Amino acid sequence: MSTVERGHLGRLERPALTGVLVREIVNFSSYWKASTFSSTVEPTIYLLAFGFGFGSLVSRAGGFPYVEFVGTGTVATAVLFSSAFPAMFGTFVKYKFQRTYDAILAAPVDTEELVTGEALWIAMRAGVYGCVPMIVAVFFGLDLSWGMLLVPLIGWLAGLGWACFGIMIAGYASSFENFNYVVSAVLTPLFLVAGTFFPLSTLPRWAQILGELNPLHQCVQLVRDAVFLNLSWVDLLRAGYLALFAIVLWRIAIHAMERKLID
Amino acid sequence: MTGELAIRLRGAVKRYGPITAVDGLDLDVPVGTCVGLLGPNGAGKSTTMRLLTAQAIADEGEIEVLGYRLPGDSKAARAECGVVPQLDNLDVTLTVEQNLLVFSHLYRVPRAERKEAIEGAVQMANLAARRHDKVDKLSGGMRRRLLIARALVHRPRLVLLDEPTVGLDPQVRQELWALIDALRVQGTTILMSTHYIEEAQRLADTVLIMSHGKGVAGGPPAELVFEHAGREALEVYGPPARLAEVQAEAAEAGLRTRRTGTSISILGVDANGHPFEGERRPANLEDVFVLLTGEEIE
Repeated sequence: MSTVERGHLGRLERPALTGVLVREIVNFSSYWKASTFSSTVEPTIYLLAFGFGFGSLVSRAGGFPYVEFVGTGTVATAVLFSSAFPAMFGTFVKYKFQRTYDAILAAPVDTEELVTGEALWIAMRAGVYGCVPMIVAVFFGLDLSWGMLLVPLIGWLAGLGWACFGIMIAGYASSFENFNYVVSAVLTPLFLVAGTFFPLSTLPRWAQILGELNPLHQCVQLVRDAVFLNLSWVDLLRAGYLALFAIVLWRIAIHAMERKLID
Repeated sequence: MTGELAIRLRGAVKRYGPITAVDGLDLDVPVGTCVGLLGPNGAGKSTTMRLLTAQAIADEGEIEVLGYRLPGDSKAARAECGVVPQLDNLDVTLTVEQNLLVFSHLYRVPRAERKEAIEGAVQMANLAARRHDKVDKLSGGMRRRLLIARALVHRPRLVLLDEPTVGLDPQVRQELWALIDALRVQGTTILMSTHYIEEAQRLADTVLIMSHGKGVAGGPPAELVFEHAGREALEVYGPPARLAEVQAEAAEAGLRTRRTGTSISILGVDANGHPFEGERRPANLEDVFVLLTGEEIE
C-alpha cells in the first residue's frame, strides 16, 4: 500500500467547512430560542434605555433624531454581542469541556477549516441578529430605506472579525477567568467609544483618532451611512478596514487554536 | 495482501517538555487484524493514538497510516479512519440521529448514502428505539455504543479505539466487546489501547505491551504468555512475612515471582522439582504485563 500514490487533500476544502457548519446548524436547532432571546433583548434594552432615557434630554445627535442615531448605532452592539462573546465562550467550552474539537479534528478536518467554519457561522448569526435593533427602531420612527438591505452584510463582515477575535482569545486563554480582562479592558471601552450612543466628534482629538481605529466604530458608521443613504468612497475604506481586521484576526485565531489543539 | 500494513510506526518519538511520552516506538498493524496496545496509565498509549490522527505531531520517526505518510497526508488518512476517543465527546443536546448526521457530514458520506449510513450506525449501536432521544438522556453504555457507531458511519477501513471500555460496568463491557468483535469479523482493522488485560486477551490478535513510551514485547497473547511466563504459575498464599520468605526462596531457586497483593505468583513452574506448595493455574497475560511493566505504580 505504501507504494500507492494517492490524493493529498488540500486546504480549506468545502466538505470540511460544510461538516463544521452542519454541526453548528444542527446544534443551533437545540438552542436557538435562548440565543435569539439574548441577542434580541439586550440591544433592544440599550436602544430603549438610551433612545428614550437620553432621548428626552438630547433630541438630536450627529444630525439625526436621537432614537434613529442610537437605533442604527446599536446594530454594532448587537453584532459584537452575538459574535465576540459566543466565539470566546463557545470555543472555550467546545475545546475544554465538551472536547468537541477533538472529535472534529479526528475527522478529515484541519484546524484552519475548523476555525474558518466556526467564524463563518458566528458571522452569519451576527449578520442576522445585528438587524434586530434597526428593526425595533423602525417601529419607533426610523424610516425604511433600501440601504437597510446592506446592514446584514455589514454585520456579517464585522461579525467575522469579532468572531475571529473571540476564537483567538479562547485560543490564548487558559481559563474562563482570563475573559474578564478582555471584556473589561478591550470590549467594554471599544463598545462605549464606537459612536453608538454619542458622536465621536464630542471627544478630544486624540480619542477621535483612536476611535477611527475601532472596528466597531467603522461598523457603526457604515450602518448609518447605509441606512441614511449617505454612502461614499470613505465607506469603501471602512469596509476594507473591517475586511483587514477580519483577515488578520482570522490568521491569528488559526494559529492560536493550532497551538491549543495540536500537540 | 499479506504483509500489508494499515499502520506502520518506526522510531516514533513524542516529547512534552522534559517528558518523553513516546520513546522510539515501532508498531505494525497488519490489515484485517486487531492489535491491542496494552500498558499501564502513562505508558504512552493515548499519545500514540493522537499521533495516528496527527493531533500530536511526532518529534522524530516515521508514521504511516493506510499508506499515507503523517503528518503531511494525515487528512486523507483520517477520512478512512474511525476514531473512538477515551473521553465521551458527543453533542449531548443533540439526538442520537443528529449526532450521526453531523458525523456523516464530517466524514463526507455522499448525500445518496447518508440515510442508509445513519440507519446502519443506529442499528449497530442497537439504539433504534432511542434514535430521537437526546444524548444526555442515554445511559453510559448507550453513549459508548453511540460513540463507537459514530466512528463507523463512513465504513472506515481502520478503527482506532482508545480505552473503549474504561470505567464501565462488566455487563456494558461485554456488550461492547461483542460490538468490537463483530467489527473484527467483518475484516475491519482495529488498533485498540487498553489497560484491561482481559480485554486485550479476548479481542486482540496481537498485543504490544508498552512501558515508558516503548514497546517492551509484542505478539499473539498466547505466545507472549508462554514466552515470558511459561505455562503454569503457582499461587502461594500466606501472611505478608511468609510471602516475603517465599519470594526470596523462589529467587534462590532461579524462579521468577510477582506479587498479586494477596499472594505470590511463582512463574514458570512447568517442570516439577521445586519445594513450593500452592494452587497451580495457567500462566496469563497479567503475569506478563506485570513482569514487563513493573510491579510498582509510579
